[in-house]
Amino acid sequence: MERAWRNWYLIPYAAWLVLFVIAPLVFLVYESFLDIDGQWTLANYEKVLTPIYLKMMAYSFWYALLITLASLLIGYPTAYWLTKTRHKQLWLLLLILPMWVNLLLKVYAFLGLFGTYGLANAFLQAIGVGARQLLFTDFSFVFVSVYIFIPFMVLPIFNALEELPPSLIDAARDLGASGWTTFRRVVFPLTLSGVKAGCQAVFIPALSLFMITRLIAGNRVITLGTAIEQHFLVTQDWGMGATIAVVLMIAMAVIVFLTGSGRKEGSR
Amino acid sequence: MKRLVQGFAAIFIAAFALMFMTHRLNEAEGYGGDKTVSVYNWGDYIDPALIRKFEKETGWKVVYQTFDSNEAMMAKIAQGGATFDVAVPSDYAISKMIEENLLLPLDHSKLPNLKYIEPRFLDLSFDPHNRYSVPYFWGTVGIVYNRGMLGGKTITSWNDLWDPDLRNQILLVDGAREVMGMALNSLGYSLNDTNKQHLQEAKRKLDRLMPNVKAIVGDEIKLLLANEEAAVGVVWSGDAAEIISENEALDYVVPKEGSNLWFDNMVIPKTAKNIEGAHAFINFMLDPKHAAQNAEYVGYSTPNRAALRYLPKDIANDRRFYPDLDAAGRLEVYENLGKRMLAYYNELFLQFKMQQK
Amino acid sequence: MKRTHRWGRVYLLFVFAIMYTPIGYLMYYSFNSGGTMHDFQSFTLKWYGEVLSDDRLLIIVLNTLVVALLSAAVATILGVIGALAIYYVKRQRMKNTLLALNNVLIVSPDVIIGASFLLLFTLAGIKLGFASVLLSHIAFSVPIVVLMVLPKLEEMSPTWIDAARDLGAGSRQVLSRVILPFLTPSIWAGFFMALTYSLDDFAVTFFVTGNGFSTLSVEIYSRARQGISLSINALSTLLFLFTMLLVVGYYVFSQKGGRMYGIGGRK
Repeated sequence: MERAWRNWYLIPYAAWLVLFVIAPLVFLVYESFLDIDGQWTLANYEKVLTPIYLKMMAYSFWYALLITLASLLIGYPTAYWLTKTRHKQLWLLLLILPMWVNLLLKVYAFLGLFGTYGLANAFLQAIGVGARQLLFTDFSFVFVSVYIFIPFMVLPIFNALEELPPSLIDAARDLGASGWTTFRRVVFPLTLSGVKAGCQAVFIPALSLFMITRLIAGNRVITLGTAIEQHFLVTQDWGMGATIAVVLMIAMAVIVFLTGSGRKEGSR
Repeated sequence: MKRLVQGFAAIFIAAFALMFMTHRLNEAEGYGGDKTVSVYNWGDYIDPALIRKFEKETGWKVVYQTFDSNEAMMAKIAQGGATFDVAVPSDYAISKMIEENLLLPLDHSKLPNLKYIEPRFLDLSFDPHNRYSVPYFWGTVGIVYNRGMLGGKTITSWNDLWDPDLRNQILLVDGAREVMGMALNSLGYSLNDTNKQHLQEAKRKLDRLMPNVKAIVGDEIKLLLANEEAAVGVVWSGDAAEIISENEALDYVVPKEGSNLWFDNMVIPKTAKNIEGAHAFINFMLDPKHAAQNAEYVGYSTPNRAALRYLPKDIANDRRFYPDLDAAGRLEVYENLGKRMLAYYNELFLQFKMQQK
Repeated sequence: MKRTHRWGRVYLLFVFAIMYTPIGYLMYYSFNSGGTMHDFQSFTLKWYGEVLSDDRLLIIVLNTLVVALLSAAVATILGVIGALAIYYVKRQRMKNTLLALNNVLIVSPDVIIGASFLLLFTLAGIKLGFASVLLSHIAFSVPIVVLMVLPKLEEMSPTWIDAARDLGAGSRQVLSRVILPFLTPSIWAGFFMALTYSLDDFAVTFFVTGNGFSTLSVEIYSRARQGISLSINALSTLLFLFTMLLVVGYYVFSQKGGRMYGIGGRK
């Protein structure tokens, strides 16, 4: 009887999966075996394994990792201190609010801010560092990416921190643990679910970033997302674009399986 | 739990209230009726006052929809499912659309104003005899440079870009045909060259340009050049006109080795339902006064010879944007090179982009 | 203890300053008579006048809001159901497979989603426009909700459910009395992320829209080639301030009404 009601959840979700995930996936895999003239071929997969695409893949993963790490490093303390403020719910929402302004406009603003004569350089000059090129560098690329993704990291961590019973921290304190030890031994481990959700919500979309690679990084960073975009739209070589996408998805699935198993097994 | 349900109920109520408002507004505006002409164009690429005038004169209601790239627009039209009565693709896209049967032939008897178009801009290789398209705007690809930042140096040719003094000073547009075409032109080849050896040679030449390249960017190139992020940029003339009007220190040149001549033309795609209204709209836009008004609003060059009279003198006589076509170097229209050749162009361009760093 | 809080404040101030700098930049230039986002010339309100007199833009804004609110709400409901479905799947391998499939849409570049959805809708004979855009937004927002909710759910101790059952709760009561209250904050997190996805999306919307229906993102991106007019800045400023007013106003209002729980207190 129990099993019977539990499975009900699967019906709407599976319907969504079949219609909007599996169907496009089938289409994608099918396309990936077609060459530019619509003939069957395996050439796309051979091409994906050439150095140029492998390099691109390595870049994509490297930058996604960098962005995720930076988001975590900045997002965790933000979430932590947000929970300590008086009107924390309000502040949290105010942190999300800038997300709702159109991305292209914000990126244009960053072009102005990071420009040679922009606010950022004026600031650097004022504190004595001196002006330098900020646009089209790895720094600005990661910076703007983190800017875009930070709420995705902060929200789940904030929620995890909120769930933490204050008595637990008091107890650790009473037992003589220092602030840092309490954090490391009690707070952080108990908010891992939030950290995990945040990292997933940042890492996965970061893999296929494309727009800001051109806008902020001036195509100095080329990721798989950019390549797919190009193949689908400019070259109209849907086969090649689909192939890269398939590879990207396989890589994502591998990550899910690697990070998903084990830990959860223990907790269930 | 109660909060959750209340919250969601409030969201749904708010959404439906907004929906109702939109519906009323749409009705008030007259959209959704059957007396509409659906125009598919780049965003903000027409003077809205002209749309209102057209609606008043003809009684058709214009539904203006926008796209951000030729390729995306073609994908939409190829797939169908939506009505577009008039679209404004660029030259190379038009030849592709003709090839793929995405366009309906024009009825020239319903376009009497076609006679005002500069004859030189008619009957071009991408659409012989203008069976499917009529010119909307045109322009060139060239170099914008900042006189102040270059210390008085001027640029006249593509080859000037390879000057070692320009280290980290050049912005390129992110287009395979444009960048490869520039390299081909600089070598004296046609920008429609399909000889793979020539293309390889062009790619090697581009590799040597890399130290001078600061970034390869899209539409934001205008913002960056106007902000003096770089001294030199390879851009379309329409963009150039806009930024020159913003920053006095900038100038535009069509390189002497030759360059690209581009067109945005009006067409009637196969998704059209209102053929009558589509012709009326195209003819309306071909009227010299309307063409002039539009050119002033958009800032691009009009192909309408009769319209030049209605333009301010300093615009109509600006040789940078209305060049003397006989005196200018070799200006070529992009030809449809076929998917395979285009893929090859893109492959080389991608390699060029990848090896920076 | 107090001192760490002070440093915390400074840190937060810094983060907020960075989050709001680009917004401030956009707002500042919305008053520029010069017409561009550099070289502030003189103060003007003409861009605001332009926005307020543009009915087409107003319709687009309303469309955007309707799609965002509806799609985020429906996607949240679907996403929570999805998270529960994955949660109740016993076999680890099956679970991972579902999770991997869930993430497919997040990792897919928008063009691919857009192109395949377009294909789907034309095959299904759905007219392009409001319905197709709404369906797509729901579809691509579901996975982010699952990602927000599932880790929280995994954290929930199964003994709670067992305890509730032992006390005689039926499956519906377990859901409404135990599971959903526990999930409430993450459900709202999912909703807000879905809202963000919807408001930000350009490529997917572009592909599946048609017949006069348009959203703000599509309008803004399509203006990039021609140069984005400052009236868009003015519009964004108005929308931003309006949302902010709504958020703060509601917060103050609900504070009077009593304690809130989780993010769920507002909106």
